[in-house]
Formats: sequence, structure tokens, C-alpha cells
Amino acid sequence: MSSFKQHILFLCGVAVSILLSIMYSWVLRTLTPSFALNGNKPAVKHTAVSRRTALEFSQKVRVLCWVMTQPKHLKSRTQHIRATWGKRCNIVLYMSSEASDFPTVGLNVSEGRSQLYWKTIRAFQHIHTHHLDHADWFLKADDDTFVVLENLRYGLSKHNTEEPLYFGRRYTPFIAQGYMSGGAGYVLSKEALRRFVKGFADGLCTHNTETEDVGLGKCMETMKVQMGDSRDVLGRQTFHPYPPDYYLPRQTRRPRPWYLLYEHYQPVEGPGCCSDLAISFHYIDAVQMHTLEYYTYHLRPYGYKHRFQPDEHLNNRTNI
Amino acid sequence: MMSESSSFMKGMILGGIFCLVMSFFGTFNSGSHSEGHEHLHHHLKPVSKDELQKLSESQMTDWTLQVRVYCLIMVTPKLLVHWATANDTWSKHCDKSVFYTSESSKALEAMDLQEQDEWARLRKAIKHAYENAGDLRWFFVARPTTFAIIENLKYLVLDKDPSQPFYIGHTEKSGELDYVEYDSGIVLSYESMRRLIEIFKDEEKCPERGHALWKTSEEKQLATCLQYSGVFAENGEDAQGKELFNKKSISTLISDSMGQNPADVVEACCSDMAITFGGMSQSQIQVLMYGVYRLRPYGHDFHDSLTFLPPKDSDND
Repeated sequence: MSSFKQHILFLCGVAVSILLSIMYSWVLRTLTPSFALNGNKPAVKHTAVSRRTALEFSQKVRVLCWVMTQPKHLKSRTQHIRATWGKRCNIVLYMSSEASDFPTVGLNVSEGRSQLYWKTIRAFQHIHTHHLDHADWFLKADDDTFVVLENLRYGLSKHNTEEPLYFGRRYTPFIAQGYMSGGAGYVLSKEALRRFVKGFADGLCTHNTETEDVGLGKCMETMKVQMGDSRDVLGRQTFHPYPPDYYLPRQTRRPRPWYLLYEHYQPVEGPGCCSDLAISFHYIDAVQMHTLEYYTYHLRPYGYKHRFQPDEHLNNRTNI
Repeated sequence: MMSESSSFMKGMILGGIFCLVMSFFGTFNSGSHSEGHEHLHHHLKPVSKDELQKLSESQMTDWTLQVRVYCLIMVTPKLLVHWATANDTWSKHCDKSVFYTSESSKALEAMDLQEQDEWARLRKAIKHAYENAGDLRWFFVARPTTFAIIENLKYLVLDKDPSQPFYIGHTEKSGELDYVEYDSGIVLSYESMRRLIEIFKDEEKCPERGHALWKTSEEKQLATCLQYSGVFAENGEDAQGKELFNKKSISTLISDSMGQNPADVVEACCSDMAITFGGMSQSQIQVLMYGVYRLRPYGHDFHDSLTFLPPKDSDND
């Protein structure tokens, strides 16, 4: 045999041997659980059982979220919604004056506080045209609202979307039956959405104000949509028009502060203000958005049996 | 044919020897590196989920009973607002919590140590706690400006034997001394406390009033005394290596994370099982209390191996 051929074979032997060793150690490393490599084992994420419950609920109670935003806010505000609760909606639409790759839906309006009600009208008309059958409930939120979708679904699960219903933080003035605070977010049933759009189509509802939550509230009253009670079984609020530090800190008995003046239900200050299963907080900046995300979905006391067990309270109240 | 295959075989053998030699050198290097690494930083993690699931019911009950915590909260009248907040919030989750003060305050109850010097005060508090521990075997020392999640502290020390010397928290280095940072809370096992009481008697190694012209901080004095007793500081972290003891506020940590990890702010920021945070105002702490013990998404269940019940006569958890 030629010495050249021998050398070639020799080198092939070396190469094959090295290759086999590398493959062997790679296989060993990926199969061996280690602290350094996370592999496929998430450390303290939710168990498979809890995921399934959440998933079932999300298929039975489909929520379309639309977020009232504008081009100037996409980077400072809306991206943080997209990074946190936006993905928990069955469908999320970011409504702006301009379409973009964010992605945002472009409504036929201009920006500005005076245009807010036009935006709301156009947004709901858009949703009615394109998404009526894609969801069961329709939530409006601001780009500085934090929403806990699971708690919204839990509350809505007891209600029939074919009935004309509308839920949120109930305010008293300006309209006989009251209206729901815009910033805290409000949610319309399918029938309520149909009636809102029909109201405008038939001229029963008009653009008669710049204040979108009052305007929508008036149209709801005209179209005989019923106000829901979104408080939990202990009477605690779930939708909040201000951040948690406005409500939770203990206060000595005092006259209502300005931000509680519009309340329909008797407000409570201190720990009784807010349900464990809160649905929304408003005026939430970027840092607070992620902080609330951390509190709601991550930080927890190991093994703690929560004092409030919602399913142990059964009653006949027609509320959330 | 024979000569061909023998060339090939020779090649294989040489390649194999080469790989063996390379891997030997590799482990040798990383081996010595990790050993040196361990001497510098002791890391302490909670027991793994798998280990917990292997335990029997009776073992679980034993562990639940064993892991009870005595909180020593070191206050001064200057910190009255935080003192009141700690009293109203996290301290209710300790099995026993005692506030030790430099001087008494009409507003709140505490053990008055009548001592202005912080190190002397800490020594007195430790002595008192050790003598009044009852059957509690874990001790947590903090200032009221720290917020602690005691359940997560229990989870961290669950499988650790308190008759062994443990000294846990966020560790820092000062020259050759590893110490646990006071501002993020200090965890001591019963054995560590016992050794401290002993070494307190040694005025040379562990003086009550410092001899030096400058004063060393109490956290370093504590570490020195413990070190003389053969007790070393360990850094508390979760299974992923994230810090459990924090002296910064959550908003600072989130803010930092937004700058460093914009794609994954919360994941990168802080542990799900964090034990302490610091630097938070009274209203932030009340919101944190709600955030930890109440606010949650319906339907997310964790099936933890232990159960801790809410404290009696409390409405904010």
C-alpha cells in the first residue's frame, strides 16, 4: 500500500476519533441537568395544571382588548403593554390615528384630547366590522392602564354576552344611570357593542361630547345597556382609575379625597379598597407596569394559603 | 488490507488519546477554578422542587414545624414611620417578632435596650432573642426599612439543619472578610446564635465597644465575630442564581432591568421567591404587601409542598 494512502487513512482515523469524542461530550452535556444550562426546565414557573385552567378559561371567555394610543406614545408607553398584559388578550388591537408596524390600527381621526370620543366611536365601529365574531367581550383600555386578563375573564364568566351589559368602575355624575371611568377600562358585551354601533348608525347616539367615557355612557343609557357591578363578592373594587398607592395605604377617617368624588359605590380606603382579583389600575407608567407584572405574575410567598378564596363564596348577586 | 486498517486504527487511537488528554486538562482547570470560586463566594439555594416531592407527609410536617422564624427588628424613634409600617405589614408573618429599640417611644411598643451604640444594641438584642427563642430555631435580623417575605425565607432554609451554623443574606466582601449586608437582612441559625453568645464573652476577638479609632459597621463586626467561631457568610439565591436578598427597592431594580434587559424586564430583574427589598416608602410597602399576599391572577395554582397560613387578626394579607 502506498505510504500516501497510509497517511491519509491515519489522518482519517484521528479525525473520526476526535469527532466522535466531541459528539459524545455534547450529547452528555445536553442530557445532563445542570445549574449553568437552563435547558427546558423553567425554575419556578407555573405548573402544567395551572396553565390548563388559564387556557380553558381563555377559550371559553374570549376577550378582545383595544388600547387607545397614539404615535408619540408607542415607545414610552404602549410597548410596555405589548411586553406585559397585551399578549394575554385573545386579540389585542392598538388603536391610533396612524397605522404602523407596531402594529397599530389607523383610525380615521386626528390626535388630541378633543378627539378621544371620535377615536372610541371609530374603534368600536372598526371592531364591530372586523372582529364581532372573534371574541365574546370587548375591553377598552388606555395606554397607561394595567389589566389582569385572568381576573377579567373570571368576572365575566358568570355573565351572558348576548345581554346588553357593560362593566367597569362606576361613576355617578352627568348621566342618570352613571357611566364607567375610561381610564380604568371598561368592557362591553357583544350585544352592547352591537347597540353602540347601531345607535350611531341610526342617529340615536351622536358625538355630543369630547369626554369619551361620558359620551359612551350616554349612548349606553340611550340604547338601554345595563350597568354591571364589577365589585367582588366582598364588595371590593376590581377596576381602578388610579394607581394602587392612591387606595391601599391606610388613612384616618376623612372626607372623600378629590379622586373618589365621582364614585357610585361608597368608596373604601385602605386594604378593603381593592379586590385580590383586581382587574385594572390606571395612570401606570412604564416602571410601574413592569412592577405590577412582577407582583401579579411572579413575586409570591411560597406555600401561602390566600385569605380570600373566591370560589368559597357563593351568592346570587348579579355582579362580577 | 491489513496495513490500511492498521493505519486507520493507529489514527483512531492517537485521536482518542489526544481527546482524553484535552478533556483531562479541561476538567483540571475548571475543577481548580470552581474550588477557588467556592472559597470566595458561598452560595446557598433553596431545596429543589424534585427533592421536595420525594418527601413523605410526616417529614413535611416535621420540616414545617422546624422552620419557624424569630424576627429581630432593630428600630430607633427616628425610624418611627418605618417601624409602624413593619409592625403593620411583614413582621406579622414571623412566628415571633420583637422590636428592639435604642430608646422607648410613646407611639409603639418595643424592647427598650437603652443603648445608642448600634453594635452594642445588636449584641443585646441577639442575647435576648437567644434566651427567649423557645423552640424557634431560625433568626432574622433586619431594620424596619427592609421588607421581608418570611415564607420565602422559610423556603430557603427549609432543608437546612439549624443545629448547623448558618449565616445567610446578601454577601459582600471587605478585604478578606465576607459579610452579610445588614440592609438586606441577616439570617442566623440557632447554632450560629449559640456560637455568637459564646464569642461575645471574648473581649479580644469580639469587643463590645471597638478599640480602633474608627468604627467598623455592625455588619462587619458581626461577620468578624462569626468568623472567629467558624461561621461563614453565604449568599442566598434561587435555583437560577438570582439574588433573594436585595437592599434596593423594586422600582429601582425594575428600572435598572429596563435599561439592561429591555426585552425581558421582569424575568431578568428579580426572583419570584425573593426574600427582601429595601429603600421603599411607607406607601410603597403597603402596596407591596398587597402585591405579595393578595394580588394574583385567578386560576394560577402552584401546588407547593408546604402550606403557610395567613396570620390572625390581619386585614392586609
